[in-house]
Amino acid sequence: MASVLSEGLAVSALLFAIGLVGLLARRNVIMVLVAIEIMLNAAGLAFIVAGARWGQADGQIMFILILALAAAEVSVGLALVLQMDRRHATLDVDALSDLKG
Amino acid sequence: MVVIFYLSSAVAVAATILAVTRVGVVHALLYLIASLLAVAILFFTLGAPFAAALEVIIYAGAIMVLFVFVVMMLNLGERALAQEKAWLRPRVWIGPGLLALVLLGESLYVIGQGAHTPYRVAVTGPEAVGATLYGPYALAVELASLVLLAGLVGAFHLGRHALHGGPRDGERPQ
Repeated sequence: MASVLSEGLAVSALLFAIGLVGLLARRNVIMVLVAIEIMLNAAGLAFIVAGARWGQADGQIMFILILALAAAEVSVGLALVLQMDRRHATLDVDALSDLKG
Repeated sequence: MVVIFYLSSAVAVAATILAVTRVGVVHALLYLIASLLAVAILFFTLGAPFAAALEVIIYAGAIMVLFVFVVMMLNLGERALAQEKAWLRPRVWIGPGLLALVLLGESLYVIGQGAHTPYRVAVTGPEAVGATLYGPYALAVELASLVLLAGLVGAFHLGRHALHGGPRDGERPQ
């Protein structure tokens, strides 16, 4: 039983690390959103693994809540991407430096 | 089931690495869809078939379609035709296609096997999830609906200005 937990959590941590590297390395704002999706998905996988370990439904409930959060986050994020493309004609996150002191 | 667990894990990690390292956004999205499908099979092997269905329908279906729509909206104009031609080249979709083919093979194997024997854990079916979701977690469902409403209003507000010519850069917002 313990091996399911450790193996599943290892996959989850690996996916989260890949998403984090993508978030830090990429400058395209859509790729940044994709990296955030990867990390949210990895967190959901961790919850499912924990729920499977204890045989409870709570892990899947947390996954459903993460799903709702990801849907809301992505809709607002993509609307901001459209605004960014219209106002600055670029998708480079480094170009948005108007607030730099 | 043990083989399926490790194979889907490998496919998920490989597809995610390829998704993060692609230059083109559409390439990355295709690999990300393969990665999400692999994670859905992981959910199935972990005894969570309802979460697996939601992963395919909402994550790989709805959210990724949203991404693809926005990518296509941003490429209106002269470049659109050349981009369309580039996307139809086999080089673009052969990698995600092969990874998805591995997942299809796993699914067919599981269906052909008949009895659902998860990977050393018990199955927690949709009934248990639904009973818990609308029992002790009813408040969380209401809060999730508020988050979705806020997302809807925010996306509508931002998208309305983007479509109907809101204030330009440097102008005062109305």
